[in-house]
Amino acid sequence: MKIAIPLDENQTEVCVTFGRAPYFLFAEDGKQEILENPAAQAQGGAGIKAAQFLVDQGAQVLLTVRCGQNANEVFQAAGLKVYQTQGADAQENVSAFMEGKLAELTHFHAGFHGIQ
Amino acid sequence: MRLAVLSGKGGAGKTLLAVNLAAAAGHAAYVDCDVEEPNGRLFLKPEAVTSQPVHTLLPAFDAQQCTGCRRCVDFCRFNALIYIRQVPKVFPEVCHSCGGCQLVCPVGAIRETPRSIGHLELGKRKDIRVVTGVLDPGEASGVPIINAALGSVRDFDGLTVVDCPPGSACSVMESIQDADYCLCVAEPTAFGFHNFCMVQELCSLLGKRCGVVINKMDAPYEPLESFCRDHDLPILARIPYDPHIAALAAQGQLLCEADASMAQQFRRILTAIGGVQP
Repeated sequence: MKIAIPLDENQTEVCVTFGRAPYFLFAEDGKQEILENPAAQAQGGAGIKAAQFLVDQGAQVLLTVRCGQNANEVFQAAGLKVYQTQGADAQENVSAFMEGKLAELTHFHAGFHGIQ
Repeated sequence: MRLAVLSGKGGAGKTLLAVNLAAAAGHAAYVDCDVEEPNGRLFLKPEAVTSQPVHTLLPAFDAQQCTGCRRCVDFCRFNALIYIRQVPKVFPEVCHSCGGCQLVCPVGAIRETPRSIGHLELGKRKDIRVVTGVLDPGEASGVPIINAALGSVRDFDGLTVVDCPPGSACSVMESIQDADYCLCVAEPTAFGFHNFCMVQELCSLLGKRCGVVINKMDAPYEPLESFCRDHDLPILARIPYDPHIAALAAQGQLLCEADASMAQQFRRILTAIGGVQP
């Protein structure tokens, strides 16, 4: 199962935003890879583009602090499940997820529409 | 002449100024571009109102013809398109109706289809043409409605008064784009001044002639006064913070019809900016 996590600039901590996170960590069967988020600098629709990117990378699970409604619509169409992270460390969240300690994200916010 | 009335902050008095300036001019067009909350019609009470739908274009996909090349998805700079499980899909509120996806599709699988997002109300009060843009609740962008509203008076020969939306974003830019003069209504408060500076900056970026009306004034607010002096912005009028004015407005009355001295003041503003002959 391929797990995706938005990463901060430091590439170790979970980024608080999903669509404009600078990197994504992909973890699968002990193998890991960090890729740049092609949507990080998008003028608009960053969440949609980032979600498409995760699906294209074959991710089946996203661990994130929060996620917008549009991105969630993409995930639902793709059958990708979204869980809420606990704490900042990305590796600890991968472990926590594998141990079944993370809950599914149930609240999806409306777009920020350019408001930082 | 096309005169845009804007303020940044909501409730500063855009509509109060705009409807009264149109009424003071007599022969005029009034265009309500505050499409999320158009209320100029409450004051102007137009008659013989007709309604006209406003559409925006949205791509529709022919699943049979789509080859999944994703050129449309890659082309869309607004990221309004996705391609998931061999199905293309559009996010309507993100789409800007540019038509690019249809152009780049190599097999003609995309056709733009109209989608209703609101309407225009076209009516008259005496010699004033009254145009009201109305955006449907829940729609993300009023820009197409503003475009249609301004387009409906493009052939008008007299003074056109454009009542802008609040803020200083896309919808305001659209409203003042073709304006010959921008009238900024400023509230003499810290909040009012802050938002006034934002719209003033927008107007000057677009190279617009600008003037200021201070509304709800009890005492001079020094930061606003000195800003206007430093930027050579003429203060065209100061409307007092007066319960009499508030009461007339709350009753939906036009100040320039109910109060002769206010009527004179609005005429003076128009004369100063060249909207009517003295």
